[in-house]
Amino acid sequence: MKKSLLVAAALVAAGAAQADTLSKMKETAAVSMGVRESSGALSYTLGDGKYVGFHTEVCQRVLGDIQKKLGLAKLEIKYQPVTSQNRIPLVQNGTVDIECGSTTNNATRQKDVSFAVTTYVEEVRIAVKANSGITSIAQLNGKNVATTTGTTSVQLLRKHERAASVDFKEVFGKDHADSFLLMESGRADAFVMDGQILAGNIAKAKNPADFKIVGEVLSVEPIAIMLRKDDPAFKKAVDDSIIAMMKSGEIAKLYDKWFMQPIPPSNTKVGLPASEATKFAWANPNDKPVEEYVKK
Amino acid sequence: MAWDWQVFCKETTSSDVVPSCFGTGGDTTYLNWILSAWGWTLSVAVLALIVALLVGSLMGILRTVPDRRLVLLGNAWTEVFRNIPLLVQIFLWYHVLPSLFTSLRAVPSFVLVVFALGFFTSARISEQVKAGIQSLPRGQRYAGLAVGLTLSQTYRYVLLPMAFRIVIPPLTSESMNIIKNSSVAFAVSIAELTMFAMQAGEETSRNVEMYLAVTLLYFVSAFTINRVALVIENRVRVPGMIGGK
Repeated sequence: MKKSLLVAAALVAAGAAQADTLSKMKETAAVSMGVRESSGALSYTLGDGKYVGFHTEVCQRVLGDIQKKLGLAKLEIKYQPVTSQNRIPLVQNGTVDIECGSTTNNATRQKDVSFAVTTYVEEVRIAVKANSGITSIAQLNGKNVATTTGTTSVQLLRKHERAASVDFKEVFGKDHADSFLLMESGRADAFVMDGQILAGNIAKAKNPADFKIVGEVLSVEPIAIMLRKDDPAFKKAVDDSIIAMMKSGEIAKLYDKWFMQPIPPSNTKVGLPASEATKFAWANPNDKPVEEYVKK
Repeated sequence: MAWDWQVFCKETTSSDVVPSCFGTGGDTTYLNWILSAWGWTLSVAVLALIVALLVGSLMGILRTVPDRRLVLLGNAWTEVFRNIPLLVQIFLWYHVLPSLFTSLRAVPSFVLVVFALGFFTSARISEQVKAGIQSLPRGQRYAGLAVGLTLSQTYRYVLLPMAFRIVIPPLTSESMNIIKNSSVAFAVSIAELTMFAMQAGEETSRNVEMYLAVTLLYFVSAFTINRVALVIENRVRVPGMIGGK
């Protein structure tokens, strides 16, 4: 009886320690950063365990600031690749302390995790072949539209079909590169996805001039760094660091570095200037979910 | 963590909970969607099974005839489709062949997946049917020929009835495998259960409930095939024969 109480107490203590990321970082001098393998210029891999990208670098700066704040001589960053499916469970169970990929901040997710202030506002657009003559979503009626399984764009297209009474046939790629291939090979007439993913894939295509990003903005989604819920001290530390970067203009410079300049591995430019919504988010730091953007 | 099974009653575009759990007037709930996905899984699997049984049995028989060229055809078929992973075969059918043979571009991806899955399984079935035929005593074939039956009559009336009864258990396994292997069809845009689990899990953030429901449906589908095969096995059983009572 006494032994089980002891075990229970130890577990509770361990659980409590887990919730406080800052003390865990202090004790172990290590932190686990969740990264994506192929999320456009936001977070991707160069192979061989090297992860780079706009959000990845923002997180590296944030962790550097926190290291100074905690007064640690060394802070080891362990990079943990995550997928759309497992990123939230991994943050919830403590495997990943800070997820720096391309996660949309929405109300449903805020029940399970919390988000830092929004660093990038994504606009969902349409990519088509330049000679197809398609310029808006209404012209996609009766055509094949590609999008990637497991993304918010699938539901967006469904909502749009219902609302505007257009009917198009959805083709699903298993990942972004596959969806782009569907459009490239002609199986789909358009690829609907976040603008930066479209721009990144077009930049890497054999003939970038053959493709265009067209049409109205279908949805505006705030993309933010994901943190464990109920850890206000860590969130404040991360937010303070990001807000400082926004005020000093550092974040605009980082954006320019990843979205407007040539980036590894192929030294091509994504060429997507910061949208008005993104600049607004930098000027007015907030962690509002996508539902509040829609209301505007 | 808290369970939220009511997520299945949510409408897929507005996330409102529909009281009857089935959408009306053009609305679809996640329950509607999972049932439709299940329908796709079963359609792909059953059609592919029919293709696999027909083609596989033919190739298995061809591998046991005296004509060396037919044996070579059967062997080549089996080795080609046995040595390439299923997912790679599906990509070959979906991406590579339509770019080599442009007439295939008009074919819907459902048909391509049925052929890919069917031919993959036919290689395994041909191996089992061949083994079943070869497990019969050699005397059976020669006795049939000696009595005056032609080769195809010997197969039809003497060899195959016994061989198929012997290989019903491995064929049952293959049929169950085809239900499970149909899950790779998500990679080529078939709206089946695995794609449902990934997409609905992402939309509702309730991955656990979605994957558990999909697991249950796969289990029920495969187990049903298992029980149906058992019924067939008992019905066709010949007392006193191998496998019979």
